[in-house]
Amino acid sequence: MTASAADFRTSATAALADPQIRANFRRAMDGLMAKRAALFADPAEWQALRALGAAIRARSLAHLPELLEGLEQRCRANGIAVHWAETVAEANAAVLAILRAHGATRVVKGKSMVSEEMHLNDYLGAHGVESLESDLGEYIVQLDQETPSHIIMPAIHKNGRQIARLFGEKIRGAQYTEDVDALTGMARRVLRRKFEEAGAGLSGVNFAVAETGTLVLIENEGNGRMSTHVPPVHIALMGIEKVVERLEDVPPLLALLCRSATGQTITTYTNLISGPRGPGELDGPREVHLVILDNGRSRIFLDPELRATLRCIRCGACMNHCPVYTRVGGHAYAAVYPGPIGKILTPQVEGVKTRHELPHASSLCGACVEICPVQIPITEILIRLRREASHPVPGSTVREAGEARNPWEDRAWALWRRVHASARAYRLMSRLLTRLGRLPAPRLGPLRAWTAARTAPRPAPRSLHELARERGVRDV
Amino acid sequence: MSQAVYFYGTCLVDLFYPEAGMAGIELLRREGLEVVFPQGQTCCGQPAFNCGYSEEARAVARAQVALFPEPWPVIVPSGSCAAMMRRHYPELFAGEPDLPAAAALAGRVHELTEFLVGVLGVKLVDRGQPVRVTWHASCHALRELGVREEPKALLAQLANVELVALARERECCGFGGTFAVRFPEISGAMVADKAADVAATGAVELLAADCGCLLNIGGKLAKSGSAVRPRHIAEFLWERTRPATGAPAPAAAMAGAVAGASPRGTGASAHGTGAPPHGTGAPSPGAGDP
Repeated sequence: MTASAADFRTSATAALADPQIRANFRRAMDGLMAKRAALFADPAEWQALRALGAAIRARSLAHLPELLEGLEQRCRANGIAVHWAETVAEANAAVLAILRAHGATRVVKGKSMVSEEMHLNDYLGAHGVESLESDLGEYIVQLDQETPSHIIMPAIHKNGRQIARLFGEKIRGAQYTEDVDALTGMARRVLRRKFEEAGAGLSGVNFAVAETGTLVLIENEGNGRMSTHVPPVHIALMGIEKVVERLEDVPPLLALLCRSATGQTITTYTNLISGPRGPGELDGPREVHLVILDNGRSRIFLDPELRATLRCIRCGACMNHCPVYTRVGGHAYAAVYPGPIGKILTPQVEGVKTRHELPHASSLCGACVEICPVQIPITEILIRLRREASHPVPGSTVREAGEARNPWEDRAWALWRRVHASARAYRLMSRLLTRLGRLPAPRLGPLRAWTAARTAPRPAPRSLHELARERGVRDV
Repeated sequence: MSQAVYFYGTCLVDLFYPEAGMAGIELLRREGLEVVFPQGQTCCGQPAFNCGYSEEARAVARAQVALFPEPWPVIVPSGSCAAMMRRHYPELFAGEPDLPAAAALAGRVHELTEFLVGVLGVKLVDRGQPVRVTWHASCHALRELGVREEPKALLAQLANVELVALARERECCGFGGTFAVRFPEISGAMVADKAADVAATGAVELLAADCGCLLNIGGKLAKSGSAVRPRHIAEFLWERTRPATGAPAPAAAMAGAVAGASPRGTGASAHGTGAPPHGTGAPSPGAGDP
């Protein structure tokens, strides 16, 4: 959690004032949406595939404890060492212990959002280990000492010129250029050397297959394969929810993930990792370790409705389609997972008292629900979190449930209820508003917020109730 | 008695766009329906529900449920409020003794344009001058009710109306109830983009079927000095197709009087049985792709 965790509005407002952020995100998101839509052009196929994807993920979660046990057994049988971590601290310690055992002081990383949850680079840096991001977007972000602004495209907030400037300043011996191929070449030269020098490679996991003990990792740059095959030790990091039951569950999920994430039918590399280098094999790591992190997930798992949060396959499509994310960008959320999925995941992991702003930072437009490839009812969960943030619900599994209670808001809704639950009280209010509401009102509170961008709403001189009566519309 | 329907006006229509409500009622009456507007109605409860105040929402919703005892369709000139009643009442009343009544009401709720097109199959004759308009699709009508083409199908029947599509017709305008005042900067950026999109069409009217969106976009248009007129589609349809004589005639006479108004023959009796098949024109929630 960062210092600005509880102040999304302030950071979002700052982001809105930066025309570069809005332009960069708008352009990038428009492109992603168009590419995705072109690949899901047949609505019937899309609906059938996402229903299948949702069912696979729901089934996996329904059997989560057994599948995790099965995964551990199969992985061990395949020669993959399995490490369980309940907390981020335990996961970091597990990674460091493996590195120390091999005397590794330099690691290369493929992309991993779990490692972002762990703030692993900072942790390793503090313990004398250089951790270098090898995904181009992650590399750019790391070079500029930033965090990812999108879970799939970490550097999407930057345009070409910003990256050119960054490389010119930060890469030793680099000549300033805006040529994309030349820029990619620069990063490639740095990274190639690092792959050779690294004592270990780290990666994320897209899916882990319980029946076979296979780790599925997809990517487009080949850095994932390099990170997991070139260094002598590979450490894979996954959240407990990434397990699926069978190998045959993977293809539909990949079809959904690739198309939803980047508008590709398939990624350039699909890695199926099922163990370290075998006898007689010429490449691959000598050791493979799998660190399985909980970090609040098992708590989410306990609630049948909130559990849907864990279906997420991290495609990022909800961000691409979100009218809020598109305008404020990922950094405004001050969270590892921004956008709609972050709005439901972050408060559940960090607590609704700490993060009560996030579930409210949505117009509930449902664009995310419409495109989620595993049918997560994001808006329903947002409302649930709004409710449990302000109301102590007996038996709630939501962290800090009821601790974001605002007595002023309680009073406002109690008053609203009194006015609207009684026809008589409503008639009185409606009379007052229609007769006096056209007078200029003091611009305070909600009205002040409203009128910053808009004129004040003006009640009609007579309500529909009155018009209906006058024009002979039957009552009851 | 002719076939009856209930009309649920919604609080925003009631206080800010009552003529849109009356227009909705007249459009239904012209089809030979008897429209019943229970005077006890207030608000569907959505504002509190969306903010997490379910108990308050339920108390208000409960008062509404009691007002619609007959098995007649309930017509709502708002996708958002219709979605609240149809999609969320069963959840709101889960475990409550009046769940059956709330669920029964939910099953009878129709958004106005969905009912006009999908159930009544209205035929409209344009009597207005040539005009260029644009259309904003509300999020809840689109994504919670699956109402996509119905409003545009109605506009397409009007010979003198040129509909120019927004570049981002399906993007949220930024209203979102209390979202607009909790996050005025974000909401303001969203509605500014929407208003610019509206302006780019060259339309003189912005039509929508949700008064939250109209208050929001209309307020932004007015604040920026735009001459574009925000209007509920019902008011626009009624104004352009109403008889030239002005005051609406009694429903019974209207049914036969307006040429082409009754697609299935003889006015009132044409609409058949007590409850139009629910679900007509309402595909499953969340369906579809942008």
